Amino acid sequence: MAELIVFYAFAAALIGAALGVVCMRNPVLAVMFLVTCFVTSAAIWLLLEAEFLAMTLVLVYVGAVMVLFLFVVMMQDIESATLRAGFARNVWPGLIVGGVSIVELLTVVWVKNEGLPMASVPVPHPAEYSNTEELGKILYTEYVYAFELAAFVLLLAIVAAIVLTMRERPNLKRQDISKQVSVNRDDRVRIVSMEAEKD
Amino acid sequence: MVTLAHYLTLSSILFAISIVGIFINRKNMILLVMCIELMLLAVNFNFIAFSRFLDDTAGQVFVFFILTVAAAETAIGLAILIVLFRTRRSINVRNMSSMKG
Repeated sequence: MAELIVFYAFAAALIGAALGVVCMRNPVLAVMFLVTCFVTSAAIWLLLEAEFLAMTLVLVYVGAVMVLFLFVVMMQDIESATLRAGFARNVWPGLIVGGVSIVELLTVVWVKNEGLPMASVPVPHPAEYSNTEELGKILYTEYVYAFELAAFVLLLAIVAAIVLTMRERPNLKRQDISKQVSVNRDDRVRIVSMEAEKD
Repeated sequence: MVTLAHYLTLSSILFAISIVGIFINRKNMILLVMCIELMLLAVNFNFIAFSRFLDDTAGQVFVFFILTVAAAETAIGLAILIVLFRTRRSINVRNMSSMKG
């Protein structure tokens, strides 16, 4: 019963925060609501006994990705008035498509759910059960290639982000190291033979 | 008690909210990226709920990979956004159709 109360409280907070992300006029506030979304979902994931992923969500998403979002939103002087211009016109198609999709999804969940344990409650894991250990066991054996591929995806993202945002300024004075190293004596020194001065 | 249907309903509602968000914020690229994040969160909810109720850890491994890919996608998306803002002084999606034939 207590679990149900906790679930409903966090679900209400999650849906409220998601509505805040969607409807907020100020992008900084929208990012803050998205942070709330992630933190509440981490709490609900704890109810599902996915402790490692809940912590990862808080550390990686709230700690890194959302801070990156905040940096970008705050650094750029975005005028939100023109960006919200078509808001009222787009609300009705959005609500229609959203309503249709939620009816379809709930039909799948509530009506066509043969073979799924819809009403059963899973047994709680014993106290010495470690979710992180279980995840690590399967991640580093069965899914090790996918894991390495994920690492490669992250490397690719680093390279792509740096290459995209690197800026070449045409008339900036700076050292060209390779030019300095590859210079010859003849380029710099000129031997002049001249008459000795007599006074 | 909290059953699988509760979690699936919650994730469906979250997914539908982010669809509506994509529709009503289609001028602002940064809010579009945020709505996509919200959609991925809804998908992760499904994966974790099924992983718990079907007692299979593989679902959590998939959430792990989705988180990785989503973080990479966000980093590249924000980099593109910064470059776009630097050249155009605007992140309005409407101004991005200059390559249209």
